[in-house]
Amino acid sequence: MRITVTVDGTSYTDDVEPRTLLVHHLRERLGKVGTVVGCDTSNCGACTVHLDGHSVKSCSVLAVQADGCEVTTVEGLARDGTLHPVQQAFHDNHALQCGFCTPGMIMQSIDLLADNPDPDEQAVREGIEGNLCRCTGYQNIVRAVQDAAHHMRPGAGPEAERVAGVDQATGSRAASSVGGGGE
Amino acid sequence: MTSTAEPEVGRARLRKEDARLITGRTRWTDNMSLPGMVHLAVLRSTEAHAKIVSIDTSAAKEMPGVIAVLTGDDLDPGGQLGMPCAWPISPDMKSPRRPVLAQGQVNFAGEGVAVVVARSAAEAEDALASIDVEYDELPVVLGMENALAEDAPLVHEELGTNRNALWVFDSGEAGSGGDVEQAISEAEVVVKRRFRQQRLVPAFMEPRSCVVDPTAAQLTMWSATQVPHILKTMAALTLGIPEHKLRVIAPDVGGGFGGKIAVLPEEIMALLVAQKLGKPVKWTESRSESMVAAHHGRDQIQDLTIAARRDGTVTGLKVELLADMGAYLGLVGPGVPILGAFMFNAIYKIPAYHFACTNVFTNTTLTDAYRGAGRPEATFGIERIMDELAAELGMEPLELREKNWIKHEEFPYTTVSTLTYDSGNYEAATEKAKQLFDYDGLRREQRERRERGDPVQLGIGISTFTEMCGLAPSRVLGSLDYGAGGWEHSAIRMLPTGKVEVITGSSAHGQGHETAWSQIVSDQLGIPFEDIEVLHGDTQSSHKGLDTYGSRSLAVGGIAVVKAAEKVVAKAKPLAAHMMECSEDDLEFAGGKFTVRGTDKSTTIQDVAFAAFMAHDLPEGMEPSLDAEAVFDPENFSFPHGTHLCAAEVDTETGRVALRSYVCVDDVGSVVNPLIVEGQIHGGLAQGIAQALFEEAVHDESGTLTSGTFADYLLPSAADLPSFTTDRTETPSTTNPLGVKGVGEAGTIASTPAVVNAVIDAVRHFGVNDIEMPLTPMRVWQAIRTGASAAGGPGAEAGGGLGSIDSAQGGAR
Repeated sequence: MRITVTVDGTSYTDDVEPRTLLVHHLRERLGKVGTVVGCDTSNCGACTVHLDGHSVKSCSVLAVQADGCEVTTVEGLARDGTLHPVQQAFHDNHALQCGFCTPGMIMQSIDLLADNPDPDEQAVREGIEGNLCRCTGYQNIVRAVQDAAHHMRPGAGPEAERVAGVDQATGSRAASSVGGGGE
Repeated sequence: MTSTAEPEVGRARLRKEDARLITGRTRWTDNMSLPGMVHLAVLRSTEAHAKIVSIDTSAAKEMPGVIAVLTGDDLDPGGQLGMPCAWPISPDMKSPRRPVLAQGQVNFAGEGVAVVVARSAAEAEDALASIDVEYDELPVVLGMENALAEDAPLVHEELGTNRNALWVFDSGEAGSGGDVEQAISEAEVVVKRRFRQQRLVPAFMEPRSCVVDPTAAQLTMWSATQVPHILKTMAALTLGIPEHKLRVIAPDVGGGFGGKIAVLPEEIMALLVAQKLGKPVKWTESRSESMVAAHHGRDQIQDLTIAARRDGTVTGLKVELLADMGAYLGLVGPGVPILGAFMFNAIYKIPAYHFACTNVFTNTTLTDAYRGAGRPEATFGIERIMDELAAELGMEPLELREKNWIKHEEFPYTTVSTLTYDSGNYEAATEKAKQLFDYDGLRREQRERRERGDPVQLGIGISTFTEMCGLAPSRVLGSLDYGAGGWEHSAIRMLPTGKVEVITGSSAHGQGHETAWSQIVSDQLGIPFEDIEVLHGDTQSSHKGLDTYGSRSLAVGGIAVVKAAEKVVAKAKPLAAHMMECSEDDLEFAGGKFTVRGTDKSTTIQDVAFAAFMAHDLPEGMEPSLDAEAVFDPENFSFPHGTHLCAAEVDTETGRVALRSYVCVDDVGSVVNPLIVEGQIHGGLAQGIAQALFEEAVHDESGTLTSGTFADYLLPSAADLPSFTTDRTETPSTTNPLGVKGVGEAGTIASTPAVVNAVIDAVRHFGVNDIEMPLTPMRVWQAIRTGASAAGGPGAEAGGGLGSIDSAQGGAR
């Protein structure tokens, strides 16, 4: 089947087998290897990407289902070398060790903050429940998500990945620059 | 830029590694793609024990995209190849050949039977279903006591026994203590317990993967491994490949926890197929494959007998272990329980000690190192029985521990198991932990709840632990028949422009060595943190090393870095003197500068490096280089310790356990990067708590792993774990120049008994004195009602339904 998917701002048209999973399409055809596969039962969430602005486990979506959609992966978050506030917060709070779960964890955290811009600890823990990490014990991930929330304007949500989350002049994060919508 | 204002060591530096990991610009092995690359898929046995009658690969060979389908006989017609085991713990250890693919017989469900080579991974996977294997079932050997029974069927008929080895330490015989039988017979109090260490799955997040390129000048293998150097040497030995013709690269590796200390049949297979076809080959496992085929951890039955006086003084400890090896021996599998031999006596002054471990074969996935490797098992045993002894004596459990532990003024202290602990301060860590925890307040609340019959009971669990880290002094490993030394290598390249490349034999897979080693070198050479690049995990650049496991990287590899830096300074000194026309004796080196004592005349080490590079004017006889390398072999282990306190609320009506508070004060010696240390502790705690409450690898009666997916094997999520309160005391190790001890395993080792002790403490007044791990709600509930410690099915209710077993049937025991 011929599909057209926009991934991280670039449109790709490909012939794919109907059974091809989105994650395999991303990795094997488009070279988007920043998104990884950690299990085969959709439990670990390492493959989480955004499909039209909402997080999905890309091992549980067929590539053909993404036809005509916009996909954002962890590779498409930074703008002009400036990290997304959630990426920055993961770094600032030592929220990763081996980093294998990190792409999915970051994408899920952005989705969580879209639904709940100011989550308490329990809300973060429940919001990332579908993403497994074996290294960190989650404590610093929770801290990072809450830290990112403080740096993002309420309601930034999926829009946050389309705009610069950081004041580019100073390199510090400015909440006002997040969530303005559109590029 | 010649000096750093404040020391780098001790700073909470954000990690260098993060930049690529948070942006997806990673180099996982499975990301590799090479021209003409073909893909492997392994057909795995569905039977735990069977003769292979026939393997029909003809239909599979006709499948689209399939290039070849190979069996064990195709890859190794002579049946000569065997996967290596590097730790023969006794001269008469029984060691079955582990073929690359099963030949004639399968010995566990999940063992490779055939391999498909195809143009795509999907086509390779598709073809597996077309391979027809006929099995002739053999009786399945499960459960260590069953395996040792007199009339038990044998996993390996040719060995004549399911007993792999017996390993004994006795303090009476060793002269390090008294006779334990005498201690027991003369004791005022004797407590005996049987504890079970359930089988666990390391469950690193990145599935294992390897790529072999036979078209390069050297045969090149990328692998998601913890041990690229060991893998290189072992693969060369196993296949007869000249070692200098093989290059191994561990690129970004997504966690290991001991689970990637291995030489895999799939790696050997990939090397064989790539050479046979002359094409690059990739193998990447699925998670389900990983669960059955990657080695498991733990799996012991522990019989402990502790002897004491009425006043609480421990007079003897006897430990008898059964350790399940699975169907074959892993790279270091037989030695894993033996590491525990040195740790059962823990922080206590125990005058008589006996340890005996019997390793057993069963028809299950093999076991090998998993975070802590032998030491969590030992710590669990001793910390659990200390609580049981306290209950028997009616003593406050912390008081019992304090009565028996080594006092801070008694270091260095040689233990009954013959290790010399260089330093420690158990009093300080415990005091700090008690305060952070509000120990007395929680004990009060516990009493109140008990008095009013609150359905939610509170328990307090204690674990005062130590561990041996920094594996290891080579001579000690030699005395334990380990098949390698314990040194580590480092080299420093002083580049002409003043930048520095640090080469390390440690092989990071999430630990943060790039950051920590940069901090160390920055202090040693006075070079800015940013100007240092750490190279690792490629046998071409990092040509020498013994890799990362056993909390050895900082305490051994980090010290090698220090030694290499010292050599750089020593080499630079004569040139600096020559440049400044002074005597070497007049120079002092600090903050990256050689200064002529008593003057303001100085030159930077970068300037000296440039002068060495130019080599126009060097002292007579000096080679034109400041580069240096060092190999460090530690004289002793390091001994981190700590006090972990856990408050657990147990709902006596549902059996549910909620961790109310978890406080740990760890003493890992001097700290290079407190951020990294805290992260290691957090992750370690999560894994140790998961053993206590959630995880178990369960085989059914036919030997099928029923917890074979992440839907069934309960890896904790963020919602399953509490926030931890972590703190430290700092008693520097005296056995290395940085005073460091290692932190990779501490959290895992200490936390499991703390949690179980807390739960038992909450329900002891119901007559409960043990509940087998994992402490699922059903087990806790059954224990409260019936006193049974293992009722409710092994982890049965933990699964998500995809193959979870019927609790009435139980697991393979």
